[in-house]
Formats: sequence, structure tokens, C-alpha cells
Amino acid sequence: MSAPGSNGPTGNEPAGEAPLTPGAGWHRAAGEDLTNPRRRKRRKGGGGGGWGSGRREAAMVPDAEFSSYYGRQIVKTPTWKNPEVPVYFFLGGAAGTSSVIGALAEFTGRPTLARNAEYVAGAAALGSVVLLIDDLGRPERFLHMLRVFKVTSPLSVGSYILSPFSAFTSAAAGVRLLELKPVMGVAAKVLPFLPKLAGAFPFLRKASAVGAAAFGGPMATYTAVLIANTATPSWHEAHAELPYVFAGSAMAAGGGLTAALTPVAENGPARKVALTGVALELAAIQKVEHGHGLLSEPYHEGKAGTLLRAAKKATVSGAAVTALAGRWRAGSVVGGILLAAGSVMTRMGIFEAGIASTKDPKYVVVPQRERLQKRQAAAESTGDPHEANSVTR
Amino acid sequence: MTTVSSASPGLSKDVGGVQGNRLYGPLPDVQGEAGYEEDHPARVGFFTDTSVCIGCKACEVACKEWNTLPMDDSHGVQNQMGLSGMSYDNTGQLGANSWRHVAFVEQSRSVDLPMPTFGRPGDDRTDTGLAANPVSPDADSVLNAQTNVLNAEALSQFDPQTGQSGADKQIRWLMSSDVCKHCTHAGCLDVCPTGALFRTEFGTVVVQGDICNGCGYCVPACPYGVIDKREDDGRVFKCTMCYDRLTDGLQPACATACPTQSIQFGDLDELQARADARLATLKGQGVETARLYGRDEADGVGGVGAFFLLLDEPEVYGFPPDPIVTTRDLPAMWKAAATGAAMIVGVVASAFVGRRRK
Repeated sequence: MSAPGSNGPTGNEPAGEAPLTPGAGWHRAAGEDLTNPRRRKRRKGGGGGGWGSGRREAAMVPDAEFSSYYGRQIVKTPTWKNPEVPVYFFLGGAAGTSSVIGALAEFTGRPTLARNAEYVAGAAALGSVVLLIDDLGRPERFLHMLRVFKVTSPLSVGSYILSPFSAFTSAAAGVRLLELKPVMGVAAKVLPFLPKLAGAFPFLRKASAVGAAAFGGPMATYTAVLIANTATPSWHEAHAELPYVFAGSAMAAGGGLTAALTPVAENGPARKVALTGVALELAAIQKVEHGHGLLSEPYHEGKAGTLLRAAKKATVSGAAVTALAGRWRAGSVVGGILLAAGSVMTRMGIFEAGIASTKDPKYVVVPQRERLQKRQAAAESTGDPHEANSVTR
Repeated sequence: MTTVSSASPGLSKDVGGVQGNRLYGPLPDVQGEAGYEEDHPARVGFFTDTSVCIGCKACEVACKEWNTLPMDDSHGVQNQMGLSGMSYDNTGQLGANSWRHVAFVEQSRSVDLPMPTFGRPGDDRTDTGLAANPVSPDADSVLNAQTNVLNAEALSQFDPQTGQSGADKQIRWLMSSDVCKHCTHAGCLDVCPTGALFRTEFGTVVVQGDICNGCGYCVPACPYGVIDKREDDGRVFKCTMCYDRLTDGLQPACATACPTQSIQFGDLDELQARADARLATLKGQGVETARLYGRDEADGVGGVGAFFLLLDEPEVYGFPPDPIVTTRDLPAMWKAAATGAAMIVGVVASAFVGRRRK
């Protein structure tokens, strides 16, 4: 079979092979493809007819026509733990924004806001580390994350963001704790030299806060690259917008949480951050949910749709409460909690949408088939058909 | 540190000056890009010619035996036995425990005898530009003769599954042994944060079991859905192209076991030439639907190390029709993330500016 000596057009084939060669004289079962009727039986509302007219005019086309291997998924579903990983995205965002708020509050005479932001950042960063390690299949090997540095791996870059970030934020929060008398009393029993360092505490705290703030922004947005840089159709397609969604959602969460914890006299900046974040998030997620045709569909359906609708309600009402009643403590608290809840549900909804887009092969086949046809059409118009069909030929 | 890098060649400066980065596109010397010295072995690969696959699954068995892979059912659940209930395919998919997977696709088509039919949906849908009815005055005489033989056979057949007379229907089976593609631009390798995945001196992509910490990033990064996590173990597993056998000068187990030479192993250059010749032969025999999948180095993953001769569209076999390595778009993502991060700092900073409300 291999490397036949003669590959002339006809007549030179080994005797008896030609009629028996699979495919000889056969065409693809046009309109009669058995894989589709089967699929229709097993899945409600499956595509009809043959493959080929895999067209999708607009978003929310319910049944795109395409072929698949018995309706099985093509790309693998992420094995990341749910809801641990989306909650990690939320905590990373909240911590990232809080750390920047904390550092600026330190130097603008807002001690309560600085304290609360540093506590939020420290706690959320430590929570992030725990969740990330817990998600590993081999948690005892978490230090392997720092074995190499690869710009092509958002998780590698993220490890080099999270490590210093969590160190700085927990240092700032830790110094804050040591400034409390009872904590210092207990700590001094273990480490007797600590009280002697007390004079350096403000400097250590401020330095740590500045260090944390330097990594705060990247900490909040790298997680969007983490999920977008996959073959998961609905995540990858939205790769240009997800970082902005995550940045906006992070500001809403970090601003909201610190505003909720801080008296209104000092929490003004946190409220402003939260409101700007909401505006950014809502603007960016618009394209994610509506701009990608078939691949926007998973953001509306099932669990993802429910979560994202709830997220939008929480975010919008949280923003409204913060904007209208944020100058009263109760308004700040309610608004902040709603904003944080909206942020966590946004991350969970986006996560679920990606999961859903891996489970149906249409999200892989239809857009890719369309891309292929577009390329072929473009190449045909330039008169070079061989350039076009780059996958099969 | 060794000179061999587990990083993608993507960010190395381009020598040829053609592209700014090499996150995608043709890459003539993948091992060299990964840091191997010039005297590295030739890039090897698989050419899986599905036109001669008989669906015996010897490749699956040989692979499981050699690599001591655990049993799993058709959904990859380990230590479960279960029939897929859809065809002779009870392996179902590639995964952590199945590194070869033989797909079985049963297809039928109408035979336009004795009366030609017109206007059925789909009849005009051919990507070859030929009419659906293979018997046409335009076709050459040999093709007509072959088709008539097949139609004569079909006339004498009866298809119990549909209850229709075999006179207007023909059945064929497509069988294809799927495997890790060992891409030129491997998404799994690009995103691996530990360096557990690496490029071997043979140009293949292999997981180092003693390094992998089971972060699972490679699983959704693969555009073909090949690599997966073994849940009880926590690490990821995939085809190594029998790295252990290659280093000892042996062929991979699947290629050794294949009784029809459907799975051919060898130097990639040679396999590509062989595949091109085979395609020409099949086309000459009138198999218009034959095509090579993964052969083109200009595709979204820079061509693959394990490519296929298919008799139908890739998605019919469960392949993505136009896979693209996800890291191709990574520069745009990093740019957006950096802008987003800067926005956070900018927004927070501007929130602190201005009159302080009491």
C-alpha cells in the first residue's frame, strides 16, 4: 500500500485493488450521512440533513448543520475544579484591586481604608494560593510551577505574579495584625525579637503594600488570559475582551468589598473604583455575550446563562445602591456586598460557558468550517486554491 | 540547566526575518528551535492511511500493552467496562488511558439507479465540484466501470437495518486510528507551566511524569482534545510516540502491530512524500474524497507529526476541521491583560485624586 511505484492516474493500479479500495467510486454520503440521523435521535434538536450547509447567520441559531463523530465532543473539557477555580479568579481580582487601593490609601491619609484594603488583599491572596494548590492533581508538587518561566504559559506567568503578590499582601496584612496588641503578645512568645522590630513596622507595611500594588493589576487580569489561551471555543473566541471583563469585575469586587468594610468618610475612592469597574465590565461583556455569533451562545444558555443573568442583576443593583446610597454606611455595605456577589457570579458564569462550549462539537466544527470556507473563498478570488485548503488537501 | 528548552520557540527572535514571532506557521527544524544541537535525529512521525485501515484495533491493544495503560470505558472512565452502544468503537475517544483510538463511521449513500433523482437536498453539495452521481459522461471510463461494478453489487444486496432494498443504497465503513498529532506548534507544550511537557530530539512532544504536577492546563489547550488527566493519579498522560522504543531504535508499538500498514512510522519528510504519492494514486483511482489531514505546514498548528489520509471531512472522524494553536493569539491577550491591569491602577489612582469628601 505504501509508496506505490506507479501513481499514474488510471490503469496502473495493482490488479483487483481498484474496485475493493475503500472509497473507490464512493462519495461522501451527501444528505444521507448516518452520523446525523443518529445524532438527532440521541440529542434533542440535533442538526438535520447532511453536513455542508454549516451556516450560521446570527447568534442563537439553535441548530447549526454540521457533522460530527456521533455527537461526541472534540476538545476536552477543562479538568479544573469548579467552583474553586472561578472563585480563585474572583479572589485574585478582589485582592489585586484592593492591594492598589491599600497602597494609595496608605499615602493619602486614609488609615482605615488602607487597613481594610490590606486585610482584604492579604486574605484573598492567601485564599487564592490555597485554591490554586488545591486544584493541582499533585498538590505536593506546587513548587514545580516555579521550575521554569514561560511567557507562552499564562499559568507560568501567573505563578510568578501570584507568588510575589501573595507574599507582599500577606506581609502587609501580617504587619497590620502584629500592630494589634493581643496578636503581638502571642507572637512575641514564639519570636521574642519581634517587639524590637516594632519601630520598623510602618515602613515594612508600606513597602509591602507598594510591592503588592505593583503586582495587583496583573494579578487581576492574568486569569482572563489563563482561560482565553485554551482551545475552549467560547473562551478563546472572546480572548480580546475577557481581560477587560476581568479587570472591570475585579474593580467592582475590590472596590465594593473595601467600601463595604470602611466608614463612608474614607471609602469614597473605593466606591468610585467599584462604579468605574462596573461600567468597564458591562461594556466589555457586551461583546463577549453578543459579538461572537454561535460562540456567544453558551453565555446565554443553561447554568452559565443563569449565573450571568444573576451576576448582571447583582452588579447593576449593587452599582445603583452604591451610587445612590453609598454615602450612608448601610448603602455602602449593601452595595459592596452585591458588587462582590456579582463579580463572583460573573466569573462562575464565564467559567460555565467555556465548559459548555467544549461539550457540544458544534462549537468547534461550525466556526472552524466557516473560517475554512472564508479562507478558501478568499484564496479562490486571488486565484490560488492551494493556498486556501490548509488543513486538508 | 540543560540547553534544551521546554519553552515554545514562539518568542525566539526570528532568524529568517519572515515573522516577528514563531507562535504559529511553518517551522522547518522544530528540534533545533527547541535547543537541540544540529546533529539531532530527523523528525519522525506517523502517517495514518485510513483507506487501508480494517478496524482491527491491534494498534490500541499494542499501545495499551506496551505503555501499561489502565482499562477505561468509552468515556475515559478508568477501570470501567462499558460499551459505547454506537458502533464497533468502544474506546470512544483519546484520553489519558487510550493513546490510540480507532473510529468507526458507517455511511450510506444513495445509488442513482435505475432512475436518476433530482433535487434532493445535499446532492449538489460536493467540495470537489463533481456531481453527486459518480456515473456521468464527464467521468473517465475506468471510473464508470468501477462504479457500475459497485452498483451491480448493490443491486443484489438487501439492507436489513433500513428494510429498504439494497438497490438504492450503499453502505461503507470509515475506520481511522487516531493518535496524538505531535504538533509543530503544540498548545499543550506551550502552556505547560512546569516544563513537564517537552520536545524530544525526535521532534515529538512528551510528558515527563516526574515533573507534571497535574495543573491540567494542557487539557483544554489541545485543539484536538488528545491529552487528559488520569483522575486517580492526578497527572496528565498522552501518546509519547513510544519515546522509550525510539531511543532504542525500535518503531512505536502501534505501527509495529498494524497488519495493513495503515499506521506508517518513519522520518516525517519521507512519510509526507509517501502520503502525497498515495493520495495521487487514490485520486487516480477515482477516490475523489481522499484528502490529507495535518499534512500542510501552513495550517494553524504548523503541520503535525502524525497526519492522516482521510476519505471524508475531518469532523466526520471527530477531528477539528481547522485547528489553530491557541498561543497564536497570545500576544493579543497579553496586550489586553496589560492594558486592563494598567486601567485598574489608573482608575484607582484617579479615584484618589481630587477633593476629599467628609
